Amino acid sequence: MTKKRWLGYAVLLLVAALYIYPFLIQLATAFKTDADATAHPLLPWPQQWSASVFRTLAEQDFPRWALNSVFVSVTITVGRVVFNSLAGYALSRLRFRGRRAVFGAVLAVIAVPSVVLLIPKFLVLNQLGMYDSYAGMIIPLLVDGTGVFIMKQFFDTVPVSVEEAARIDGAGPFRTFWSVVLPMSKPALITVTILSFQGSWNELPHYIVSRQDPALNTLTSGVASLVSGELGQGNQFPLKLAAALLMTVPVAIVYFVFSRRFTQGTYEGADK
Amino acid sequence: MGTLLTTPVAPGAAPPRGTRGRRPLRRDGRAGWLFLAPTLIVLGLFMVLPILMALWVSVSDWTGNGSPFSSRVHFVGGDNYAALLAEPGLTRQNFATSVRNNGYFVLFVVPLQTALALFLALLLNQRKLRGRQFFRTAFYFPTVTSSVAISVVFLFLFSSTGTVNAALKLFGVDGPSWFADPRGIFHLALGDPADPPAALAGHGFLGLSWWDWLAGPSVAMCSIIVLVVWTSTGGFMLMFYAALQNLPPSVDEAALIDGATSWQRFWRVTLPQLRPTLFLVLTLGLIGTWQVFDQVYVLSRGNPANTTLTPAYLSYSSSFIGHQWGQGAAIAFLLFLVIVAFTLVQRWALRERR
Repeated sequence: MTKKRWLGYAVLLLVAALYIYPFLIQLATAFKTDADATAHPLLPWPQQWSASVFRTLAEQDFPRWALNSVFVSVTITVGRVVFNSLAGYALSRLRFRGRRAVFGAVLAVIAVPSVVLLIPKFLVLNQLGMYDSYAGMIIPLLVDGTGVFIMKQFFDTVPVSVEEAARIDGAGPFRTFWSVVLPMSKPALITVTILSFQGSWNELPHYIVSRQDPALNTLTSGVASLVSGELGQGNQFPLKLAAALLMTVPVAIVYFVFSRRFTQGTYEGADK
Repeated sequence: MGTLLTTPVAPGAAPPRGTRGRRPLRRDGRAGWLFLAPTLIVLGLFMVLPILMALWVSVSDWTGNGSPFSSRVHFVGGDNYAALLAEPGLTRQNFATSVRNNGYFVLFVVPLQTALALFLALLLNQRKLRGRQFFRTAFYFPTVTSSVAISVVFLFLFSSTGTVNAALKLFGVDGPSWFADPRGIFHLALGDPADPPAALAGHGFLGLSWWDWLAGPSVAMCSIIVLVVWTSTGGFMLMFYAALQNLPPSVDEAALIDGATSWQRFWRVTLPQLRPTLFLVLTLGLIGTWQVFDQVYVLSRGNPANTTLTPAYLSYSSSFIGHQWGQGAAIAFLLFLVIVAFTLVQRWALRERR
């Protein structure tokens, strides 16, 4: 091995350590006592194992936040898969007047920075009487322009000949879409499912501005309020890090199972 | 062959409309709009309508009670914008502070994350590298996890008795209490003088003295900068990596045969070919960094001394905490303009160098 290659490995390992260490600290601190966390912040293992913070979390609102997160994310994910693929199919395969304009509009909408829309979204939710409701938290996120774009790009690659047989047999657009094209679209559907779940599970600003009822807290908004000291005084880092750890688990599982999917789309061709 | 070409069709032109073509077309139209309906309704209600409504609120004196369209709400013209940009007062000063903070945030995060991402991608792209999958997973994982969870971890890492300070102590350095320290790092580099030069302290722009404009990011903001660079690099690294994998090896090999050093090959051969990706990464970086919100909301809420205040957070807090809805909406639109402007400048700058 050349000297240069050794150097490359050394740098990669050093940076990888910097990327992994915070997660090790997070894992360890969740099992530390408050005193231990303060005394030994560098150690990636507890001096004395303690799982009491998990009991505290279970007794607090944490389970409710988790349930809300699951409910909201699953609903949004299902909605996005259905609506994005419908829209993507129409934009890719159905010929009708105004299709190009709609596609342009969808692309334009993707470009609007989401932070800029925070207050505007609250205004509309309030006006529609959807503030402080699951509907207000879910419906605005049911469609995402990026997902529509991914589905359209995928449908563009499906050969037209596949559909022709069905159409000649007299199948309507919906039938063709549902029983011919959709079953072929598993790769794109899985990608949209993963991105939607990950996105809606991690979403914070929308859940801040679409509700104020503590019973509607998701993990993100709940943990954010916990950090600002809702559960009492003191640093309570083991408690906070345990909460952060638990909310990371589902996304981590999805990531490690589908890590290749995460890199699809923009990064297509990167796999070797 | 010749007989088939009796009716020449331009490439990309619509197929000839016989009776066979027309019926599916009409059926396609109805189905098309039906398929698009959910998307159009949601995007219309929660993207387009909000923008129009916020545009009205930004020129009104609505205080959050009742409907912004009731008769008690008045048109105030550019008052909200004037308070942010023209009239001396706390509003203008806070807005200027938030722009300064975010400006430094962009100035540090975008180059750092771009350079680090490119550097890691080049390392990953070495031929015969073992453990490629492991390194990619390690670098990309922070990007997919929740910004809230990551922020909580960094709150601990950068707390005064936290991991970073414990590590610094190993080298005999007393770390600051990061999230409580409002001192700007440029001021600190000058020894944090008690008497700033009068020429800078006495004059200013948008209600903020030049001395304050030049403070640099505060120590607290630096920890957010580290956090964001750490989380965002992975995604950009993958973009560079994908682009590198798609480069034809022959060009590089030709340069190698011509005797170019690896440094020359990087600057003269690889980098120019990466220009489209570089453009994408820089643009996404600029757009993303002007929107920083989650981390500020979780970690600092603008504290200490407003040095982590950003326009996105100020827009939120003016509306939801201060009930200055017109002001909040006006900040959102100004932020929108900033983002559009930076995207355009970026586009123009990269095209010029070509």
